Amino acid sequence: MTVLAVIEHDRGAMTGASLGVMTAARNLAKQMGTKFEAVTIGANADRLSETISNFGATTVHQAHNPMLIDYGPEAWGESLAQVARKTSPTVVIGTGTERGHEVVAQAAARLDLPAAMNCIEFDKNFDGTQPLNVTRTRWGGSLLEQAAIDAPIKLVTLANHVVEPQEELGSTPATVSTIDVQLDDSVAQSFVQDRVERVAGVTLATSPVVVSGGRGVGSAEAFAPLEELASLLNGVVGCSRAVTNNGWRNHTDQVGQTGTRIAPDIYIACGISGAIQHWVGAMASKNILAINTDAQANIVTKAGYAVIGDLHKVVPAISAEIRRRRGK
Amino acid sequence: MNILVCVKRVPAPGARINITADGQQVDTAFLGFTVSPHEECAVEQAVQLIEKHGGDVTVLTLGPIEAEEQLRTAVSTGATKAVLIPIDTTDWDPQRTAEAIAKVVAELETANGKYDLVLFGNESADSCGYQVGIRTALKLGRPIVNGAKGLEIENGAAKIRRESDAGVEIYKLAMPACVGVKEGINLPRYPTMKGRLASKKVAIARSKAEATTGGLKLITLQRPPERVSNTVILGNGPEAAPAIVDLLEELGILK
Ligand SMILES: Cc1cc2nc3c(=O)[nH]c(=O)nc-3n(C[C@H](O)[C@H](O)[C@H](O)COP(=O)(O)OP(=O)(O)OC[C@H]3O[C@@H](n4cnc5c(N)ncnc54)[C@H](O)[C@@H]3O)c2cc1C
Ligand SMILES: Nc1ncnc2c1ncn2[C@@H]1O[C@H](COP(=O)(O)O)[C@@H](O)[C@H]1O
Repeated sequence: MTVLAVIEHDRGAMTGASLGVMTAARNLAKQMGTKFEAVTIGANADRLSETISNFGATTVHQAHNPMLIDYGPEAWGESLAQVARKTSPTVVIGTGTERGHEVVAQAAARLDLPAAMNCIEFDKNFDGTQPLNVTRTRWGGSLLEQAAIDAPIKLVTLANHVVEPQEELGSTPATVSTIDVQLDDSVAQSFVQDRVERVAGVTLATSPVVVSGGRGVGSAEAFAPLEELASLLNGVVGCSRAVTNNGWRNHTDQVGQTGTRIAPDIYIACGISGAIQHWVGAMASKNILAINTDAQANIVTKAGYAVIGDLHKVVPAISAEIRRRRGK
Repeated sequence: MNILVCVKRVPAPGARINITADGQQVDTAFLGFTVSPHEECAVEQAVQLIEKHGGDVTVLTLGPIEAEEQLRTAVSTGATKAVLIPIDTTDWDPQRTAEAIAKVVAELETANGKYDLVLFGNESADSCGYQVGIRTALKLGRPIVNGAKGLEIENGAAKIRRESDAGVEIYKLAMPACVGVKEGINLPRYPTMKGRLASKKVAIARSKAEATTGGLKLITLQRPPERVSNTVILGNGPEAAPAIVDLLEELGILK
C-alpha cells in the first residue's frame, strides 16, 4: 500500500505544481499509515530525486527509455501506467495542470481505470481499504462534486494551488529504483516536435493589477482608456468572453473558466456582469473593484468595492486623477 | 477530408449554479443549454479545415434527445452531418461515455470510411473530466494531443500548436488522429442564414451503444462556500475618481 506522486517536469526542471502534489501525497500516506513514493519520467529527471527526498518520499521510481527526452503525452501516460502496474500504488496523484490531467488520463485509459481530476480534498477516514471519496471541482471551480473512486488503483489530479507545499523535516534520501519502461511506435509520434520559447515578462496570469473590460466597453477602440489606466498602474488589460467573442480582443486576454485564472492585488472590472464562468477566473483576486451602470449586477454585489456609473466616464476620470496627483 | 467533432450538451447558468434538492444535478428549470466554448471552437476549426480541403464535418453527441438542439446549432455554423447517441439518464461517467462513443465511431467508419480527424473539446464545460477524448482515442487506436491552440494540415499530418508556461510547443500527428481543442484557437462564426436552413433540414442519425459503467461515481454536488461581501460603494459616476484613487493608494497599488 503506497501513495504515488507523479512529478511534472519540463526537460528535467520540476514545475511548482509538483511540490503541492508531493505534500498532498505525503499527508494522505501518513493518514493511511503508509509511505509516499514518487515517479519521474525520463532520465533527465533523475536529478530531481534530492528535491523529492526533501519532501519525504521513501522511494523514487525513475522511468527510463531512450525515447523519453522531451514531453510526450502518450509516452508519459504509458510510462506511468507501467510503473503503476509494477508498483501497485493505492493512490496515484498527478498535477492539476494541462500536462498533469493529460498524463493521468492517458494512464487511466491504458489501465482501464477511472480517474478524478482537480481534487481539492480526500476523505479524512480513507485507510486504503475502501473506495476513495474525493471532493473535486466542476465547472472550472464554480461547483464541487463529491465522488467515489472504486478501483484497485485510484488515479487523481490535485487542483493547482490548493495545497501549500511543505518540505518534510528530518527527511532522509529516498531509495532510487530504475524502471525500464517498454515503449513502442504507437506512442512515438506525439512528442513535442518543436518549440518557441516565450520572452519573459508580465502576463495576465502574473500581473498584480488587471484592468478588465466586458461587453459594456462596446468596441475594440473603446478599450483605449482601459489600456491607459492599466499602464498608469503598471498592469495589464483583461476582458470577458463577450469581448473575445465579438473579436474586440484576443483570447489571451480572457479571464474565466475557459480563459485565464488570475489572482492580482486588484482586479478592476469595467462593464462586466460577473457571470459565474467569469467570476471563477477572477475570484482569487485580493481586491475587486467593479465599475458598472447596474447596481444589481452580480459583480457589483460580489466585489469588495464598486462604483455605479458609465465606465466611459469613470475610467478616464481615474486616469486624470492619478495624473493630477502625480503632478503631470 | 472527413472530420468528426464530439460535443456535449450542458446547461448555461448565469450568475450562479443551482443544484436540485437531491444534489444529483444542476437545476436547469430556468436555464438554456449550450456546449463548452472549447467544443464550439472545435466545430469552427473543423469547418475551416473542410472549407480549405473539402469534405464533411459530422457532429456527434451522447446525451438526451434534447441534445439535437446542440447538433442543429453546430450545423447552423457549418457542420454537415449529425449523430445522436441517445441516453435516458442525465450523465454517463467518462469511461462509459468513451466506450459508447468509440463503438459508434467504429460503426460509422465501417459504413462511411475513416475520419481523418476526430476532435474533442479540451474538457467538457460541466464535468471538466479532461479524459473522454483521450479514452476514446486509445480505443480507436489513434494518437491524441490535448490543448490545441492551433491545428492545420501539413503534408498529410495534423500539425498542432499548444501553449505552455515556457512558450509554444508543436506536435505532428499522422492522420487518422484525434485532437483536444481549446478556446482561442479561432473565433467561432455566428449561424448564417444558409446554415440556419440547413440545420432545420439536416437528418439526425441515431446510434445505439451499450457500454459498461465506470468506476467514478457521483455522490453529491454542492456549491462552494460563497464569499460574503459587503460591497463598499465608492460613489456614482466620474465624481468617484478621487475616492477610487484614495483606495488605490491605501492598497499600495499606486506608488
Ligand atoms: C462553459 C462556459 C464557459 C465560459 N467561460 C467564460 C470565461 O472564461 N470568461 C468569461 O468572461 N465568460 C465566460 N463564459 C460566458 C459567460 O457566461 C458570460 O456570457 C460572459 O462572461 C458575459 O460577459 P460580460 O459580463 O462582458 O457581458 P454581459 O453579461 O452582457 O454584461 C455587460 C455588463 O456591462 C454593464 N454595462 C453596460 N454598459 C456599461 C457602461 N457604459 N458602463 C458600465 N457598465 C456597463 C452592464 O450593466 C452589464 O453588467 C462562459 C460561458 C460558458 C457557458
Ligand atoms: N456526452 C458526450 N457526448 C459527446 N462528446 C463528449 C461527451 N462528453 C465528453 N465529450 C467530449 O470529450 C471532451 C472531454 O470531456 P470531459 O472528459 O468530460 O472533460 C469534451 O470536450 C467533448 O468533446
